[in-house]
Amino acid sequence: MSATRVQLISPRTLRLLSPGRSALFLPGGGGPHRGGGVPGFRSLIFPSLSSSFSSPGRALSSLSTTRRGLPKTKMSDNGTMTRGKVLTIDNMNPTVKKVEYAVRGPIVQRAVELEKELSEGRKKPFAEVIKANIGDAQAMGQQPITFFRQVLALCSYPELLSDSTFPEDAKSRACRILNSCGGNSMGAYSASQGIGSVRQDVARYIERRDGGVPCEPDNIYLTTGASDGIVTMLKLLVCGEGATRTGVMISIPQYPLYSAALAELSAVQINYYLNEEKCWSLDIGELQRALDEARLHCNPRALCIINPGNPTGQVQSRECIEDVIRFAAKERLFLMADEVYQDNVYAEGCQFHSFKKVLFEMGPEYSETVELASFHSTSKCYMGECGFRGGYMEIINMDDDVKDQLTKLLSVRLCSPVPGQALMDLVVNPPQPGEPSYERFIKERTATLSALAEKARLTEQVLNTVEGIRCNPVQGAMYSFPRITIPEKAIQEAKKLGQQPDMFYCMKMLEETGICLVPGSGFGQREGTYHFRMTILPPTDKLKILLNNVKEFHQRFTQQYS
Amino acid sequence: TSGQCCSMQPGWGRCTQAAGTRQAPGLGESLVSLPLNCSGHQEPSCSHCVGQRGKITDIHYTIAIREWKKKKFKNIHCLSVLIFLCLNSQGVRKSYREVIDVSWGDPHRAGVKPLSFVRQVLAACLYPQLMDGDKLMVDVKQRAQRLLKTCAGGSVGKTSGIPQIIQSVSEYILRRDGGIPCHPENIYITPGSQWALTNILKVLVNSEASPRTGVLIPVPCHSTTIVSLTALGAVAVPYYLSEERGWALEVETLQQALDSAKGVCNPVALYIINPGNPAGYVQSRKCIQEVIHFAAEKKLFLLADEVYQDCVYGKESEFVSYKRALAEIGAPLSDTVELASFHTASKGLMGECGLRTGYVELVNLDPAVMKYINNLFSTNSCPVLGQVALDVMVNPPQPGDPSYPLYLKTQHIRASLAENVRRVEEVINSFPSFSCQSLEGGAFAFPRVFLPPKAIEKAKAGLQPDTFYCMRLLEEAGVLFSPGTEYGQMEGTYHISFCIMTPTDTMEEILKRLSTFHKQFMREFA
Repeated sequence: MSATRVQLISPRTLRLLSPGRSALFLPGGGGPHRGGGVPGFRSLIFPSLSSSFSSPGRALSSLSTTRRGLPKTKMSDNGTMTRGKVLTIDNMNPTVKKVEYAVRGPIVQRAVELEKELSEGRKKPFAEVIKANIGDAQAMGQQPITFFRQVLALCSYPELLSDSTFPEDAKSRACRILNSCGGNSMGAYSASQGIGSVRQDVARYIERRDGGVPCEPDNIYLTTGASDGIVTMLKLLVCGEGATRTGVMISIPQYPLYSAALAELSAVQINYYLNEEKCWSLDIGELQRALDEARLHCNPRALCIINPGNPTGQVQSRECIEDVIRFAAKERLFLMADEVYQDNVYAEGCQFHSFKKVLFEMGPEYSETVELASFHSTSKCYMGECGFRGGYMEIINMDDDVKDQLTKLLSVRLCSPVPGQALMDLVVNPPQPGEPSYERFIKERTATLSALAEKARLTEQVLNTVEGIRCNPVQGAMYSFPRITIPEKAIQEAKKLGQQPDMFYCMKMLEETGICLVPGSGFGQREGTYHFRMTILPPTDKLKILLNNVKEFHQRFTQQYS
Repeated sequence: TSGQCCSMQPGWGRCTQAAGTRQAPGLGESLVSLPLNCSGHQEPSCSHCVGQRGKITDIHYTIAIREWKKKKFKNIHCLSVLIFLCLNSQGVRKSYREVIDVSWGDPHRAGVKPLSFVRQVLAACLYPQLMDGDKLMVDVKQRAQRLLKTCAGGSVGKTSGIPQIIQSVSEYILRRDGGIPCHPENIYITPGSQWALTNILKVLVNSEASPRTGVLIPVPCHSTTIVSLTALGAVAVPYYLSEERGWALEVETLQQALDSAKGVCNPVALYIINPGNPAGYVQSRKCIQEVIHFAAEKKLFLLADEVYQDCVYGKESEFVSYKRALAEIGAPLSDTVELASFHTASKGLMGECGLRTGYVELVNLDPAVMKYINNLFSTNSCPVLGQVALDVMVNPPQPGDPSYPLYLKTQHIRASLAENVRRVEEVINSFPSFSCQSLEGGAFAFPRVFLPPKAIEKAKAGLQPDTFYCMRLLEEAGVLFSPGTEYGQMEGTYHISFCIMTPTDTMEEILKRLSTFHKQFMREFA
């Protein structure tokens, strides 16, 4: 097996290395070709890949090609054509049915309807719908960084390079980016792993961030937002059937991207609970409990960590990260560190530590063995440029063969959006002291980050003045996730409607106040506890009003159902 | 034994080059003396190299060096890395100064300029201060202002894209199809049309079913779709287009494909590429109607890849959308046959591949299924800049608009494409050892090459013959084509594929290099 190392990378090489159509197609049919005896055909029988892990010490050593096993649902021969459709609810891919995405669920759909009703002049008890459900900073009025937009405008329309109103450093940055693009245009495909010079800049950025821990541009993959990277990594990890099906550990509360992706992949979701009493900290004992229980019915292979936390806003201590790494090493788990909020740390005494840095500071015993994928994006932090779908992941200690497969997976979407790649480049390589745009850049970045810090404090403070709402400090990220007390009567009422109590609560809040929040049940929470997620993104004056409205609503709601 | 018939395995497999075989001799000889580590341009992360290398990744580089060390050249993209290094080093001389890469349908890479109107609107959306001055035309500003109002700058789109842009897309489809109704709620905007296709396949392919789900796909076919299918655990069932009849789709071959799937898989969908990729056909209305009848009779879901709908050159050809043909057939088919049609901002005359935006329109789907499709699409957001470009694509400047004269330049692109088509057919068909079907649409030429037996014999020691041909062409003439092997072809036939969306002078240069090389190659193996 080792002699036939896989060499496929882009969609192109993929084609190239598959020796002829015998490799790609079912033989027979219209063509005269029969598969037998053709060397390329044999390669498609996959000589027992699943048993040929090239480095057994790795959690993710090779792609499994385990057969999907026996069907769980057998398609009926003639019953599939209800109402004449080929594709019906009964025969569609069952895993797709399990996909839910709370951040854009029924509450959000209702919010859109309400907005429409308002615009049609219908009377409501509020003047506007406030969408505090999603971490979309610029939709909430956060100003983009001028320098970034200048460079991107120049890249889009290079004729502007002769325009004297643009600063020189923006122009030179734009030229540098365009020179790395095919045909000097952002409209050309890039390599599926991403533009080389951008990956190089990302690597230098990570080295600076991590105090000199080396970073290989080869290990950087530019993705369509962080979520594309996360889903792709999960795809690589998930395999097996029944008791050997891959299990993935995710925190509860979690960001629903994880549960949606795991449902779609039919992976086993292993919940570990964050400790709300200790400011949503991660407890190794709880990780162990969750893992031990899961081992009875699946094969746990990965541990996902969101730091700073979404929706819970905690920032992990260095100590905690070390513990997690030791745990992953001991239990042979692939670590997935979602670090998209790395610049969003507000609380005093809290500091962001990257998993990569801690891993390397723990010495070769860990730094040479523990497999880690770390994710970042252009959507959060002080940039808030969600619409560009820029992001990267860094992969450490992953088996080379698996890396080739990863590139193949990424190649299906050809490449990530090039303007997003360009923006990622600017984020990791912003204006430097002495350059014309430096001062303005620092001013804008500081303004955004300090406003966020102020709003984080304000949110915690105001919510904690309400009886029946308890809010942990928002140490980082962009959300508060307060616990709410819902009266028994309201719980009964919700049950009658077939709703989760906090969904009922949030829906009522939306109808009465126009405030759109996401119920805690969309993220997962301990049985019998209720929460909502609210972003801290609205402008300060608006946020004050919003918090006050939440307060009044909660009091009214409590009174109504007590 | 029926299981053995099946060449696809569930999940991701490895497609390996036949292991342990000798490489075809005569390849890479000029590279053997390549002085690695000598010029400062050899490091994989050297930004100069990386920028120029285009689609080549660092992993290509690693493999390329491995191949170079072993003196075994098997991968055309690795070979192009080495040639690139070669061109940048002092030690090796080539007859060309740069490699022309026309293996991709990527107009900007091939030298086609982006449309100014699109780029002006993008720049104005990115940096609204630009609208204060008088640098931009009034209609550019108006468009940018309208779009900014809908999307709040760089904000995440709604579940399926920005509603106003979806509305524009639906109006475009309505105009295109002569007034056949189009409902915005059936349209989903995604980061590229392949993304949309993968999502629809996800819904169609039941990964747990036995027998596995089958999808009929044409031969030749670009590989991305096949990779998506395989990844989802489906079986690709080939149907062969008739090359002699201008790559026509004959319904009998669809039946043959269905027959071949018996006992292997359960075909649920029929994938069609129209206009073709890589073969440059455009299906006739009659052909489309026959296909629809076949799909209805055999209960197949239609997947219509129509990304080249704006690229039709044939004098007799006309693009007819599957949706339109379906509607024209009338009830009951028009109310029952399920169809997904894909389009993109990457192709056509705009060619904004890098922005990654496409869409799918769904027709006649079960509302109960639509609910889940809606969920599925709502887990991804689409890049806003791409949506802006899409809006311009479906709603270009009109006569009378200030930007219209400049926009008319697309007609120049169209004219140079027509010229390219003429020249390609003329030059290629002047060789008895080439045969190129008439190019009616799409972005590629896919001529058949009749390789001499000696060349085939020599190649087969390690490579597919057309791969061997393309690698020699690359090394000796500095032109990067794709071998037909990568797309699938009838056993015993060989093809080459290249993008024809280039400036006319580039195409002349390509044809010149190809002609010189081909004559020499044929002489060598005569």
